[in-house]
Amino acid sequence: MKQLKLSALALLTFISLTSCSNDDDAPFVNEEEVITTITATFTPVADGETVILTSRDLDGDGPDAPVLTVSGDFIAGANYTGSVTFLNETESPAENITEEVQEEGDEHQIFYQANGLGTFAYTDQDVNGDPIGLAFTFEAAETATTGNLTVTLRHEPNKDAEGVASGNITNAGGSTDATATFQVAVVVP
Amino acid sequence: MVVSWSTQAQYTLSGTVQTPKNTPLSGAHIHSNALHAISAPDGYYELHTIPAGRQRVVISYIGYKTLDTVIDFRDNKVLDVTLKPHTEQLQEVVLTENNAVSQNTIQENRLRTETIEKYSSATLGDALKELPGVYALKTGTTIVKPVINGLHSSRVPVISNNVRLEDQQWGIEHAPNLDINSAGRISVVKGANALQYGGDAVGGLILVKPIEVLKDTLFGRSILSMNSNGRGGNLATSLHKGNEKGWAWNAGSSFKYMGDREAPDYVISNTGNREANFSGDVKYMGNDYDVSGFYSFYSADIGIAKATHIGNTADLVNAINNQQPAVIEPFTYTIDNPKQEMQHHLAKLDYNKKLSNDASLNLQYAFQLNRRKEFDLRRGEYKDVPALDLTLVTHSAQANWKKYLGDVTLQSGVSFSLQDNDASPDTGVSPLIPNYTKTDVGAYGIVSYRLSDKLSGEAGLRYDFSNMSASKYYQKSRWTNLGYDGVYDNFIKGEQGSQWLTQPEFTFHNISASLGIRYGITNNTELVGNAGLAMRNPNPSELFSDGLHHSNGTIELGDLGLDKETAVKVSATLLHNGKNFSLEATPFLNSIANFMYLQPTGTEVTIRGAFPVYNYRQANALLAGFDFSTKWQPVNGLEHNLTFSYVHGTNTDTDEPLIDMPPLNINNTIRYTWADWHNLFVELRSEAVFTQNRYPNYNFYTDVPQDNQLVSNLVDVSTPPKGYHLLHFGSGMHFDFGKTSTHINLSVYNIFNTSYRDYLNRQRLYTDEAGRNIQLQIKFNY
Repeated sequence: MKQLKLSALALLTFISLTSCSNDDDAPFVNEEEVITTITATFTPVADGETVILTSRDLDGDGPDAPVLTVSGDFIAGANYTGSVTFLNETESPAENITEEVQEEGDEHQIFYQANGLGTFAYTDQDVNGDPIGLAFTFEAAETATTGNLTVTLRHEPNKDAEGVASGNITNAGGSTDATATFQVAVVVP
Repeated sequence: MVVSWSTQAQYTLSGTVQTPKNTPLSGAHIHSNALHAISAPDGYYELHTIPAGRQRVVISYIGYKTLDTVIDFRDNKVLDVTLKPHTEQLQEVVLTENNAVSQNTIQENRLRTETIEKYSSATLGDALKELPGVYALKTGTTIVKPVINGLHSSRVPVISNNVRLEDQQWGIEHAPNLDINSAGRISVVKGANALQYGGDAVGGLILVKPIEVLKDTLFGRSILSMNSNGRGGNLATSLHKGNEKGWAWNAGSSFKYMGDREAPDYVISNTGNREANFSGDVKYMGNDYDVSGFYSFYSADIGIAKATHIGNTADLVNAINNQQPAVIEPFTYTIDNPKQEMQHHLAKLDYNKKLSNDASLNLQYAFQLNRRKEFDLRRGEYKDVPALDLTLVTHSAQANWKKYLGDVTLQSGVSFSLQDNDASPDTGVSPLIPNYTKTDVGAYGIVSYRLSDKLSGEAGLRYDFSNMSASKYYQKSRWTNLGYDGVYDNFIKGEQGSQWLTQPEFTFHNISASLGIRYGITNNTELVGNAGLAMRNPNPSELFSDGLHHSNGTIELGDLGLDKETAVKVSATLLHNGKNFSLEATPFLNSIANFMYLQPTGTEVTIRGAFPVYNYRQANALLAGFDFSTKWQPVNGLEHNLTFSYVHGTNTDTDEPLIDMPPLNINNTIRYTWADWHNLFVELRSEAVFTQNRYPNYNFYTDVPQDNQLVSNLVDVSTPPKGYHLLHFGSGMHFDFGKTSTHINLSVYNIFNTSYRDYLNRQRLYTDEAGRNIQLQIKFNY
């Protein structure tokens, strides 16, 4: 019996010691999936200035709100070719998430809400022939106006739902990975 | 999932087992043919389903003379026995009816073996819901946590085989990592009065004990359950070798395989689950000691309904307004992300020594290893990498001493535990719960005193010391936002980029106490009064939560400044055990100072969108309620059972109702048993859950993109769903073949396939509850 007690004690001590030794600092975790930065670039088909919309949120889900910048105004009636990129700038160098979105195009879609600022059209396709939205065209409104332009990246949307393939987000479902609403203006030069 | 193992029971034998010194014998073995029961700490036992006629009844306890007698069962019998120690030559059995009241003043609510077996393919939480005052907090269908008198999680520790289960129990979406098939006895203590198990049970305790056989026999049990909803089932098999002396062992395993659950109108996609479990023990019993080793393994994969994964509050509005899950796919057994994978190992060494005729010592060491992986919907190379990966190791040791001095029983003990949590950095996500180590030391003493045949009293005191040291990175912006600058500078150890490396450390000294009386009003009516003081330290999620909660669309923030929670609970139980009518009525009052809860405090905008922010706050809370149950046998063969539970919870600082309080619920069961025809029984159970009208209003507005416009929408996360009424059917038969027997049970859960949502289901905003389920259960005893 004594032997048993001793061995039980020895086992207890051993296990305690081996688990006690873990007093190290927590390892630093790189937030791998966070999207910190949305950049939408509108390049005029004819002459003119490129418009760049940026939303940057360097603390991810932290308390600081994203910083929005708009490089300039859209020209009334002008046509633009557009592209959008997503970055994780908590890493150095920044991780380009756009590539993942492209690779898994059938599980992602980017939606643009123009609110009367103009008209968007998708110019890219996933493996099923549905739009992804990384590439698009934008035709600015004919008359001067101001308003909100919203860019939304949805993960696992239902691309077969009504209106989704033509860019209407209402029935898209899925989960929002990134979104930004920019205050922009369409001006007559 | 409701099947009733009719215990074919015609008759019930109940009573108490005690020593000649009137001290109750806990763990005495009572058997009649294939039926077994174990006496409770107060010596009380019940043996159900005894066939009519002359039956042999054997009551035994290690170190004591066995009682072997024959009883003629024509109605329910009460048999109170006094067992003599082996050392005494004279074997004298004292048969009394309704002896003095028990010394034990703690009121336990036990689940009948029949109920445990009926939930063989479900969970511990589902089975416990049959007890008055116990509700279920669910995430979908398969993650079920017991709620006792309105409280759950860290406030309701689960004690499995005398070991406190350490399985990340703070989490609302973390169900007890325990296989219900390994349990021989499950009971609930609705308060903090059982101080030997800890001093922090603000809500109550769940006590689970494995099957134990104390007579020299070998028997086996297999239960096969097949379910229409989920199109799967469960197989549980166990073998038990009992003994009065020498070696005894138990071994059991169970396997579960279920596909998607179906609501009345749609498949709830990705809600399948799997389980593979084992438990076993070996015990050697000497003259005045016994030694045992126990090991159990629980392994579960649980799919989380896909429709509950959202990115921001606009998605949440869509989910609420659609009234239907966003993802409905054809039925499948496949489990996809999001899902949970858990493993829990529990190993235990136990040593009991009889120090003298009236004193005993128990030494115990337990090791627990809990692994939890939670997989989310992720992109790219992280698709198959868990978003949360925690390893929790707990060592615990305790010594308990017990001495009987006639009408006085003394109990005392010390406990020690060491815990280490490791959050894997490979997830690519800042862990929800940081790495930490925790040391706990406790000591208690309990005195029970029988003042007279009619009155017993009990008093207990416990002290607990706890130290926790964590290591966690905080975003500097969050650290400032939480007001930690200048307050917790001493926790900061370093920095990396935009983050602080911190080492928060906490020490707590807690006192808990209990007071109880048991008073015999008449021979079969008792009054039990209890008062308990409990203190609970903030858990890791209350201290450290720091980020987005995906299924709620909320940012949840812990608070390093939280103080311990202190509860005083007072309850009274009126117990009546008549021949044809039994009743239990328990009003209670639980006053909690520094009650920790999530309070909405504002909105934060991130790149995913805007989110409501909830901070852990403390306030004073008052919970008042009433649990009531009756059992009535108006004529032979017919039985009616009623349970009624109500709790009224209020934040007395803000005068608001507490969130997630179980609504009023009433259950009625009528059963008829044909004793002379294979114990055929049919049963109808009505489950009525009323609408919860008392809730805090945490609704908010958010902008939702609709038809290319942003529209401000009310997000109604607060309004509880409507009440519901369900009818369940149960039936069963029993066939004997010599020494073996077979039970066949057929049941229908939710007969009318009613669509409903439950206030305490975390997925109630997204999907209906699972609909009708037809279950066929076959049980073999051999």
